Amino acid sequence: MSVELPKLGGKFIQMEDEIGSMASIIGASIGGLKSMTATSGPGISLMQENIGYAVITETPCLIVNVQRGGPSTGLPTMPSQGDILQARWGTHGDHPIITIYPHTVPEIFEETIRSVELSEKYRIPVILLLDEVIGHMREKIDIEKVDKNKSFKRKTPDVPNEWFFPYERNSSGVPAFADFGEGYRYHITGLVHDVDGFPTSKPDQIDAFMKRMFRKIDDNLDDILDWEEYELEDSEYMILAAGCVARSAKQAIRTLRDEHGIKIGLLRPKTIWPFISSVLIDKAQDKKKIFVPEMNMGQLLLPTQRFASSICDILPFNKINGEAIYPHELVSFIRRNI
Amino acid sequence: MEKNVVHKYLRKNKKFPHIWCPGCGHGVIMSSMLRAIDKQGLDRDDVAVVSGIGCSSRTPTYVDFNTIHTTHGRALAFATGLKLAKPDMTVIVVMGDGDAVGIGGNHFIHAARRNMDLKVIVYNNNIYGMTGGQASPTTPSGKKATTARYGNIERSFDICELAKATGAVYVARSTSYHVQALEKYIHRSLSKKGFTVVEAMTHCPTTYGRLNKIKEPVAGMIYQKDHFIMKAAWDKLPEEKREGKFPMGEFVDIEKTDFVSKYLRLIEANKE
Ligand SMILES: Cc1ncc(C[n+]2csc(CCOP(=O)(O)OP(=O)(O)O)c2C)c(N)n1
Ligand code: SF4
Repeated sequence: MSVELPKLGGKFIQMEDEIGSMASIIGASIGGLKSMTATSGPGISLMQENIGYAVITETPCLIVNVQRGGPSTGLPTMPSQGDILQARWGTHGDHPIITIYPHTVPEIFEETIRSVELSEKYRIPVILLLDEVIGHMREKIDIEKVDKNKSFKRKTPDVPNEWFFPYERNSSGVPAFADFGEGYRYHITGLVHDVDGFPTSKPDQIDAFMKRMFRKIDDNLDDILDWEEYELEDSEYMILAAGCVARSAKQAIRTLRDEHGIKIGLLRPKTIWPFISSVLIDKAQDKKKIFVPEMNMGQLLLPTQRFASSICDILPFNKINGEAIYPHELVSFIRRNI
Repeated sequence: MEKNVVHKYLRKNKKFPHIWCPGCGHGVIMSSMLRAIDKQGLDRDDVAVVSGIGCSSRTPTYVDFNTIHTTHGRALAFATGLKLAKPDMTVIVVMGDGDAVGIGGNHFIHAARRNMDLKVIVYNNNIYGMTGGQASPTTPSGKKATTARYGNIERSFDICELAKATGAVYVARSTSYHVQALEKYIHRSLSKKGFTVVEAMTHCPTTYGRLNKIKEPVAGMIYQKDHFIMKAAWDKLPEEKREGKFPMGEFVDIEKTDFVSKYLRLIEANKE
């Protein structure tokens, strides 16, 4: 980005630490730019406080987290899916968030564009969660497929200054964003605030603000959620997996179907937060078992159990040794457990 | 007319009374800042006031500019992003001493090193005011704080020396007693391009004052009057007479190209 951005008139800065990186992209977004940062491991922990700031101030921005193994310095840079729940709950306080989990390099390309759009549209930080396996991979992308003239613009206010409420409660749940310098002089704060942007401690105003923050996401799941179904049509068994594990799962499914006659398919959330709960409930109905392989001790397992444990059996497969999950491991695990 | 110049920049719709304790020095600094902005003739739409967290950092709430109250210690990093997005905007950053050189110390030295064109005003009350008086990096040795009940055994930071050493193009110190000098220094900093720091010593009757026997607001101001002396006079003082006294005035005033100007040139040179 340090090479490409200046050529296009964009701005790049290497900040002193990840706390600063997160802060500066929020500042840039307030100034009207689409902004992003990227990190891994300890860096995402450092970003969490200011991710919460972006949530409460409803400032669009994109955070890429290429996960690495272990807490602390952990396993630089070996694969893990240890940050799935941190992406949801990493910053303190109750809050909504959007997290997108691509599984190939071309998909990273597409989903980065979609993530920025979602972020601008719903005024929320979006986390693009990647696996190291994909992060360090080279695959072809078809740039021609991208419509370069299509550029999502955030909704900005068109009312006179005196009528402007920076956090108004409108029907969409998403207030228009006034970029700094456009003549709307208003206040942005990480304190819970009322429609005018100023801090409040009045329960009815707090309630209205907090609920709107959730509602703007909950009311738009049709637009935000995305997932892939692979060989699910006639399947008796289902794998629920994300990122690089889903790639291994696809190959395992080929083997299990072609060589062992097992009817099995994959449900792969692309939007991982909010969770694809209604899709899961629907797909689980006619399944005998759901397998949840992941490179952690059961983070995707939790929402899967929450929504599907009353429908069918759910079986985790966990690997945390710094290696990817291989297709043959899934093949033998699934064969042993059906 | 001069008398009401501050009112022009206060948010009329909102947020008074302010949260500051009676007799707190923070309001004096805020009004000095507003007079300096007025003198500089800046358009309110082109001014941003960014703060961190603390009593001092509530300043943006009250003033009619583009304002951001960010997270503790991180105001300079937020302001850096904003300045990159809006190179023509005057970005003023107000912070407490704890905010600026405690939790935010890393951002402070790097924003100075980079020479970001940010106008820093540090409200230095020598303590963490908002949270009840914990020692800050500027609590003088021997002085009391709720976390240094027997007197602070740590050495304290000199914010102006720090700013000077890390590359600020303008560095000055005044107090909430020396109001005219304070206004003058802030005005001077607004007219300069690059990383500028005005350290405004302020009295905090509620925490620092109470713990250190300068409880009355007036006593706080008299303390400043007696203990802060102009740099020229300070330089002439023999070492033994400097004990308990502090220099004020302008310490640095140099020219250096700021980060954003350099970056805009870089864009110009590499444009496709
Ligand atoms: C990360 C974090 N740690 C602690 C706090 C609690 N906190 C709020 S204000 C404050 C101290 C502010 O002191 P200073 O910056 O000196 O400003 P003053 O209140 O004295 O003006 C602290 C520690 C916080 N908000 N965030
Ligand atoms: S605690 Fe001190 S700094 Fe804070 S408002 Fe009160 S007097 Fe001012």
